[in-house]
Amino acid sequence: MPSTREIRRRIRTVKNIAQITRTFQMIASSRMRRAQERVQRARPYAEQIRELVSRLATVAGEDLGNEVALLRSRPVKRVGLIVISPNRGFCGALPSNINRKAASTALEIQEEVQRAEGQRPAVSFVAIGRKGRDFIVRTQQHLLAEFTQLSDNPSMNDASAVAQVAIDAFLSGEVDVVYLVYARFVSTTSQQPVAIQLLPVQPPQSAGSSERQRIDYIYEPDPRAIFEALLPRYVDVQVYLALLEARASEESARMVAMKNATDNANELVDDLTLAYNKARQASITTQILEVVAGAGEL
Amino acid sequence: MAGKLHVEVVTAERALYSGEADQVNAPGTEGRLGILPRHAPLLAVLAPGELLIRLGDAEEPIFVSGGFLEVFEDQVTVLADAAEHAEEIDEARAQEARRQALERLEQAQTDVERAELQAALEQAVSRLRVAELARRRHTRRIRQSTEEE
Repeated sequence: MPSTREIRRRIRTVKNIAQITRTFQMIASSRMRRAQERVQRARPYAEQIRELVSRLATVAGEDLGNEVALLRSRPVKRVGLIVISPNRGFCGALPSNINRKAASTALEIQEEVQRAEGQRPAVSFVAIGRKGRDFIVRTQQHLLAEFTQLSDNPSMNDASAVAQVAIDAFLSGEVDVVYLVYARFVSTTSQQPVAIQLLPVQPPQSAGSSERQRIDYIYEPDPRAIFEALLPRYVDVQVYLALLEARASEESARMVAMKNATDNANELVDDLTLAYNKARQASITTQILEVVAGAGEL
Repeated sequence: MAGKLHVEVVTAERALYSGEADQVNAPGTEGRLGILPRHAPLLAVLAPGELLIRLGDAEEPIFVSGGFLEVFEDQVTVLADAAEHAEEIDEARAQEARRQALERLEQAQTDVERAELQAALEQAVSRLRVAELARRRHTRRIRQSTEEE
């Protein structure tokens, strides 16, 4: 049985750990809230852009898909996968869930394309965040680009930089389709890794009234030019929203992980305190027995 | 009496203006666009420049780096790539950006590079112009509590 002093020292250590993890938990929760607020703030812009893209897609007509480069789909020889993952650990199973989703998405797309087109496409990755980058390097996948220095508060500029890499790779023919894998923020305690298609752009279905779609707008310069200017921004915004949501997910996962760590540490403190009291009681009992035995001999 | 316009200016990062206006003057790629109430439905691409919102005898000058403008039933929506209220413009930084763009433009090798620098230069110059114009104008500003970062 460990000595009472040893147990006391361990109790102190574990209490320190609990204090640190509780602090981490609080930091994570405030960062999560900030990321969520920024998602909210981006929403009006994102919704307007989506609305415009869908409206212009209807106005500009059916043949647009063959004329506008960002819309054109072609036989898939190479798949691009942008994986948004945390830079730091201490966030539970989130990084491995994201990595698993990335790996399974890659496989699914490969199989789907093989069924449809008869040949298996190669997969290239763009890693955002260190956890995903490490996974891709470790499993020896082809890494097209990596962003591990993005700030904790990703800006629209950061998103544009990422989107530009994707657009360039798509236009130069390096990849024929681009997906975005990130953790969708479901609730404070739940994050869902998802994969969405980024390129070629799939114009969203309009949520607005169909009446408004038939209105004759004046277009300046012309629908086609506006559409072509609009699409890159639409891609930017999708990446931006994904980055923000991934941040919120990361911090919420971290919050939960740190809460569990704090709870476990406190439980351990309770166990240790019990052990300490037992040890102390035992030593007192021994001492009394010794005294009594000594007194009897006198 | 004609009604008022309802104007929203948003970027992906924040909302800059949301409220009524009598007139909106925007920098279209094909020339400046003046929008009054009862304007026909319009969808336009914006160039870097000054977006001026007028309400009564007050004005709100905003720099936009480009974006889109939609008018529909007196509702004016400006989706800006980036935007700043005139007083938020960091003139020293814009000066520096202009200097750098000019410098690099002389050494630019490819057309792509040249086009990018030209765009950067245009941004810096129009940023400075917006700040300059706002300083000279002395008109009353539209009072509005806008969301800040």
